[in-house]
Amino acid sequence: MKYDVILAGVGGQGVLSIATILAVAAVDADLRLRQAEVHGMSQRGGEVQSHLRIADRPIYSDLIPVGGADLLLSMEPMEALRYVSFLKPDGVIVTERTPLININNYPEIDRVIAALEQFPRVVLVDAEGVAREMRATRSSNMVLLGAASAFVPLPGADLEAAIGKVFGRKGESMVAQNVEAFRRGRAIAEGAHAG
Amino acid sequence: MPKFVPLGNEALAQGALDAGLSGMYAYPGTPSTEIMEYIQRAPEAAERNVHRRWSANEKTALEAALGMSYAGKRALVGMKSVGLNVAADPFMNAAITGVNGGLLVAVADDPSMHSSQNEQDSRFFGRFALIPTIEPANQQEAYDLAAYAFKLSERHAVPVLVRITTRLAHSRADITRGEALPEKALTLPQHPQQFVLLPAISRRNYARLLDKQREFEAESEASFLNRYEDGPDKRRGILACGIAYNYLMEHYPDGCPHPVLKIGQYPLPTRLVARLVEACDEILVLEEGAPLVEEMLRGYPFEAGTVHGRLDGCLPRAGELNPVLVARALGLDVAEPAFTAPEIVVGRPPQLCNGCPHGDTFRALNEALEQYSKGRVFADIGCYTLGALPPYNAINSCVDMGASVTMAKGAADAGLVPAVAVIGDSTFSHSGMTGLLDAVNANAPITVIIVDNETTAMTGGQETPGNGRFEQIAQGLGVAAEHVRVITPLPRQHAQNVQVIQEELEYDGVSVVIARRECVETARRKRRS
Ligand SMILES: Cc1ncc(C[n+]2csc(CCOP(=O)(O)OP(=O)(O)O)c2C)c(N)n1
Ligand code: SF4
Repeated sequence: MKYDVILAGVGGQGVLSIATILAVAAVDADLRLRQAEVHGMSQRGGEVQSHLRIADRPIYSDLIPVGGADLLLSMEPMEALRYVSFLKPDGVIVTERTPLININNYPEIDRVIAALEQFPRVVLVDAEGVAREMRATRSSNMVLLGAASAFVPLPGADLEAAIGKVFGRKGESMVAQNVEAFRRGRAIAEGAHAG
Repeated sequence: MPKFVPLGNEALAQGALDAGLSGMYAYPGTPSTEIMEYIQRAPEAAERNVHRRWSANEKTALEAALGMSYAGKRALVGMKSVGLNVAADPFMNAAITGVNGGLLVAVADDPSMHSSQNEQDSRFFGRFALIPTIEPANQQEAYDLAAYAFKLSERHAVPVLVRITTRLAHSRADITRGEALPEKALTLPQHPQQFVLLPAISRRNYARLLDKQREFEAESEASFLNRYEDGPDKRRGILACGIAYNYLMEHYPDGCPHPVLKIGQYPLPTRLVARLVEACDEILVLEEGAPLVEEMLRGYPFEAGTVHGRLDGCLPRAGELNPVLVARALGLDVAEPAFTAPEIVVGRPPQLCNGCPHGDTFRALNEALEQYSKGRVFADIGCYTLGALPPYNAINSCVDMGASVTMAKGAADAGLVPAVAVIGDSTFSHSGMTGLLDAVNANAPITVIIVDNETTAMTGGQETPGNGRFEQIAQGLGVAAEHVRVITPLPRQHAQNVQVIQEELEYDGVSVVIARRECVETARRKRRS
């Protein structure tokens, strides 16, 4: 088994927190892991990507080859489009639908969504909306992760355990809220038809 | 033992702690910063009271580490690529003094310049100083190298350079830890003159360093970091340095069909290289950084021949490697990606945070400068360098830490009056003070704006060495008290700030304007913890 994920977003959106949960779950399942992070200049509101690789045998490269990713998980719709060249022909895109507009020349959002809808396997999630409904806006990442979990070859229960570990020191209600957000996200993906 | 999934930087730090480290000395810089940050968080470092405070710059860091080595203990220095330029003086001379306790100089290079002004390759510095250089290929080697390299350093009484690159520094993997060694006791060097580089002693030390080159090479031949892996297809042999080995093996998970020489320690192991060259028709050199080994193998002149790499276009001359570039160099079939980003995707450059104090300073500075011609603002390195981009377009240079003050002085010397320097508080502490002294001595008509956000923001909010003392420092260096001004960069203070800057621009001498307000990102982080 080998599973390659490109995580994308905008600096400050918490791309690394999603990566950490996937990483903890993979390592707890005794899988091998590589996860390339982005630090430094690009974090100031710029585009951010992280490569996460899990496998049941040694992994060599820290970077995923172009055309090699099984999953592109993005916290922002235009950022998802930026990295589609990394995707395998049958790779899946799971992305937040709400744009983060911090530049003047952001394209029309309808065109961004239309471009995304042309991909063979894509799940657009209104994670921000779901989190707002839950009165837990900080948990929108977990909604996205939940949606992605429908495709990731790690048991949902293991991912929930990882959420518990990562958010544990912030208290039980925080964990419960994030697990709930995760489950709602998963239900959305299971209801969608990304093939 | 619980599972350990560190960044390459963290693996290196834990390895050093487990190898009996007594002190780490560093100045922050991407992609090296997490080495020190890990040691600052590590409980055993606190228990053992391992030195772990940031230094004022890379030069002071390396010198302090050399002092710890003099006293017989194991020391680690950390910096980014260009930091070694600042520390080059003690670095080159530490190779001549040699060491007592083990001394490792860890430098994180940044090919493709993700967060750096250039992509210089520190392996050249290792060759320049004639000392052993280690380049780990993965997180496990990054961990394992410290115990090995401290012994290497002590066995030969030389500093050892450890070179890593961005992708290893900032990538996590699961690794296994080894046993922990005790720290070394305080012991002075056997020869009381070892560290006295008077010419007669230097010549002796240098001759000894030259003599050791064969021993260093013998170490490389036997090193666990250098490995010859035979393969049946001898039409091509591959020499892969550091993490380039991973991009090669990515394509051959069950073993490479060609002979491979994996390199992780320099000087090059001549016998292993000769074995590869003799066995194979052609050699492909894969290295993350400059074509240093490739150039050595080619000799001169660079005719088309049997050595391939970055110099013959087989790989790009600049930038970091990746699996696809290496696949192409190997002549493997690389399928075009199934998808390409649509044209509507636009760049999203980094920018100052909302409410950043630097934004208010730039707005005030731009207005104060309206009456002068453009092109007179020399800036420096930090978040405020983003003032070069719209909407500010406020600065005209960013070269190396501290250069704002000295370039403004030079431009003023040439007649560009007034000239302005914009420098961060950490950058000023690092290397702005000596330049300010030059300016004071010349009574140069420059206005130095210290954008004091009370932190080293660009690299993640480390303490600033001169925090809280900039007024005294400026006055101590000779700036007249009435021309050391403090402003608060806030929108409601705008008119006042413009006026202060204007007054100082008109002054025919050195002024220092301290624009002080805490970085909003650092303030937020403090509130959270
Ligand atoms: C010689 C050298 N060392 C380290 C760095 C990395 N670096 C870039 S900016 C910076 C700190 C900037 O801090 P400050 O001047 O306070 O500005 P701020 O980012 O807080 O605005 C550092 C350490 C570098 N570019 N060059
Ligand atoms: S991190 Fe601080 S200094 Fe840097 S842009 Fe943000 S607010 Fe400004």
